[in-house]
Amino acid sequence: MEFFERFAIPHPSPAIYASMVAIALVSIGIVAGLTYFKKWGYLWREWLTTVDHKKIGIMYLVSALLMLFRGGADAIMMRAQLATPEAKLLDAQHYNEIFTTHGVVMIIFMAMPFIFAFMNLIVPLQIGARDVAFPRLNALSFWLFFAGAMLFNISFVIGGSPDAGWTSYFPLAGNDFSESVGTNYYMLAIQISGIGSLMTGINMCTTILKMRAPGMTLMKMPMFTWSAFIANVIIVFAFPVLTVALIMGTTDRLFATNFFTTSNGGMDMLWANFFWIWGHPEVYILILPAFGLYSEIISTFSRRNLYGYSSMVWSMVLISLLSFLVWTHHFFTMGQGALTNSIFSITTMAIAVPTGVKIFNWLFTMWKGKIRFTVPMLYSVGFIPLFTIGGVTGVMLAMSAADYQYHNTMFLVAHFHNTIIPGVVFAMLAGLTYYWPKFFGFMLNEKIGKVTFWLLTVGFVLAFFPMYLTGLDGQARRMYTYSEATGFGPLNMLSFIGAALMAIGFVTIVYNVYYSFKNSSRDIGSDPWDARSLEWATHTPVPEYNFARTPQISSSETFWDSKKNGHVLFKGEIEEIHMPNNSGVPFVMGMIFLVAGFSFIFALWIPAVIALIGIFVCMAMRSFEKDHGRHISVKEIKETEEQLGGAK
Amino acid sequence: MRKKWALFTSMMALVFILAGCEPLLVLDPKGPQAERQANDILLSIGIMSVIVIVVMVILAYILIKYRASKLPDDYEPPHIHGNKWVEIVCVGVPILIVAYLSFVSVKSNYIVESTPEGYENQEPLVVYASSSDWKWHFSYPEEGIETVNYLYIPTNRPLEFKLYSYGPITSFWIPQLGGQKYAMSDMVTTLHLAADEAGEYMGRNANFSGKGFAENTFNVTAMSQADFDEWVDEVHQTAEPITESQFEKLLEPGHLGQMTFTGTHLEFSPAPEHAHNEVSEDAEENQEHSNHENHTEVETDHSGH
Repeated sequence: MEFFERFAIPHPSPAIYASMVAIALVSIGIVAGLTYFKKWGYLWREWLTTVDHKKIGIMYLVSALLMLFRGGADAIMMRAQLATPEAKLLDAQHYNEIFTTHGVVMIIFMAMPFIFAFMNLIVPLQIGARDVAFPRLNALSFWLFFAGAMLFNISFVIGGSPDAGWTSYFPLAGNDFSESVGTNYYMLAIQISGIGSLMTGINMCTTILKMRAPGMTLMKMPMFTWSAFIANVIIVFAFPVLTVALIMGTTDRLFATNFFTTSNGGMDMLWANFFWIWGHPEVYILILPAFGLYSEIISTFSRRNLYGYSSMVWSMVLISLLSFLVWTHHFFTMGQGALTNSIFSITTMAIAVPTGVKIFNWLFTMWKGKIRFTVPMLYSVGFIPLFTIGGVTGVMLAMSAADYQYHNTMFLVAHFHNTIIPGVVFAMLAGLTYYWPKFFGFMLNEKIGKVTFWLLTVGFVLAFFPMYLTGLDGQARRMYTYSEATGFGPLNMLSFIGAALMAIGFVTIVYNVYYSFKNSSRDIGSDPWDARSLEWATHTPVPEYNFARTPQISSSETFWDSKKNGHVLFKGEIEEIHMPNNSGVPFVMGMIFLVAGFSFIFALWIPAVIALIGIFVCMAMRSFEKDHGRHISVKEIKETEEQLGGAK
Repeated sequence: MRKKWALFTSMMALVFILAGCEPLLVLDPKGPQAERQANDILLSIGIMSVIVIVVMVILAYILIKYRASKLPDDYEPPHIHGNKWVEIVCVGVPILIVAYLSFVSVKSNYIVESTPEGYENQEPLVVYASSSDWKWHFSYPEEGIETVNYLYIPTNRPLEFKLYSYGPITSFWIPQLGGQKYAMSDMVTTLHLAADEAGEYMGRNANFSGKGFAENTFNVTAMSQADFDEWVDEVHQTAEPITESQFEKLLEPGHLGQMTFTGTHLEFSPAPEHAHNEVSEDAEENQEHSNHENHTEVETDHSGH
């Protein structure tokens, strides 16, 4: 009996039992549906074993959207609990679990796969490549992310969710103060998906450095590719720190080491330092690709080339360097003294300079342009003022003496949502709308899209601007309740109303997909937005091999040059194309990682060891496998091209 | 765009009306450190508002002037690479702003990290503030008093809080007297505060520390030195001494009301002022001696008012 007790949830509630039933029903539904429609083979051949960057991108996209709703459900519960003083909707333990999972899900399992989705979908097309450098590794990255996400999401029905905050500060996250397996989930789930992220980092860097089409020098890369490159360089340097910190945290919890404990020489401040040495670069990993998307979109819909291309590139390089020099600003209040705080205060404020350059460059890209207010452009135009507010409040927080008053308050919460939502989330939705036709063959409805944009923008302002005020009024973050005497009530109610509007906004996205799928025209050509960069030069939908002939590059806007200035994009004869084979190994390995992670979380050593052996067997199999890929014949390519409306 | 502007302004107005009933705690300082911080905050809000307004005005101008519906069909936007002077301005102005704010920030750092300005000549009142799940223990070593969840302090005298924790990292914060600082289990941090005005202030742990975090608050009462001395005497007459076993019980996770003891737990459970702090520990002892000597001085000082 004792064996099974550990899987029980420590703090059950009707909502959790209801979710258990819902999860069981949905799983049964999926299995039954796949069986009834005989789709198991299709699922295996086309998706589970695919190494195609476009399909992997779509899987990232779908996962990110699902996780957006998971994290959003957490958010709306939190806002509902705080809407009125002394509300009884959630108790302290549930609230703590919910804000912890909200943070982890939104950063690690929503924002990360969202940017990986666009990197996968766009980067190979923008540089004229047939796939990424290591297609199979790419599939493994996805399945590791997927395993991590699944592992994290079952926590609230098996054994209990982590409850020490998404920053998981020790000693609170140690065994002494977090007795349930929740924090084990945190350590293992993030570890597994983090390994996947690191692999993507290596993969994308290699792809961008080695696989560009002839003529594409570094300074002729489209801006999104530049942003993806810098973000992946940051990943390669930052993620190993997280990996090591998580291993130390895991051994503290499972094997009684004392890295971060309060006794035997442990040092709780060490975790905070490690966490933010990864954590601060992480926010630039998310925001730089967002900047890249905005650059593409603003330039397309202003019908102008991107203003100040090289200063855009250099500002990103500078941001990536500075991102590693500011981590202490997350804990100015740790008592390291005036000198240290002064140094980190200055490095932090310095980031405002390259970021400001980017804002002005976007403004000047629109200047003398011909601005079309499409949905992606609306998000970009909304982003500029809102992100500026988020940025300047960041400068305020960087003033370390004043930060003693902002730290740990709703002011901080308002600030980082003010950068992440208009910065990252708006960019992802803009990118989703912008690139949707390229990958799905139809446009999303503009009218519904505009409703979504306004719901999200108004909702965002209502939800987060009041927090600046309650923060300055002394409302600490992560409080599950407050008394009426504090006077936080009305503003928190306003936040709740805003959050509800945002929730409705996100639901309209789903409706838009459904509506557009049924009603939108499929006859949209390959360049529905009259765009400028290379990804629009190939067919819609994009054939497996991307480009029948390798494109010749003239500038960062090669496609525009070919449309307006007579640049010849595709030269020569169609030749045989070498493509990688599908493989089931990445999927299987991902599932073995899932088993290994679960076994470690519950200290089930026998299955853990078996799973670890399984992982090494998979790696060995790959090493001894002879797989040289396959060739698509000229005839086949010509047929495909004909089907898609003529050779390109 | 105009719709958005109208919405935005009306919303901000609404927010300020809602919040306007009482001044925000952080912007209603009652001590020199909080005042310095409030001034920094207001200064940065001012400068930052200008930046936000400039960006919004430029954006609105561009969006109105260059929207496609207003331009002739055959208008073809020019190809512009960049302009050296524009870029110098776009880099230079932010650098100047950041340099100025850095200067203010560095200066403030040294101010809030030392004895409050204007109080340098007085001996500070040293209070050891330690947290346990989910309470605050305040030890007054010079007065030989320990309280739980409430803090009595004299006005117009520098206060030196020695912070540490019996458990997770917490953060000691009295918004109206000054910003917060972490209390951790393996070292002691120091927070310099002072109160200019007598009154009741809200104090709390600002750093998430588990289940009982929301209620992890304490009351601060600032009073004249005479009233404070009176309170000290009263405690010595009425309160029971704190014992080790009693203190162990207090440390158990849970919530407690306000409690008062004579003696401090520092005698049997000293603060984690480690080996690497040995020098300062010695200094502390010297200081304590001088504190006792100076105590009378402070008193006479006060009666002179």
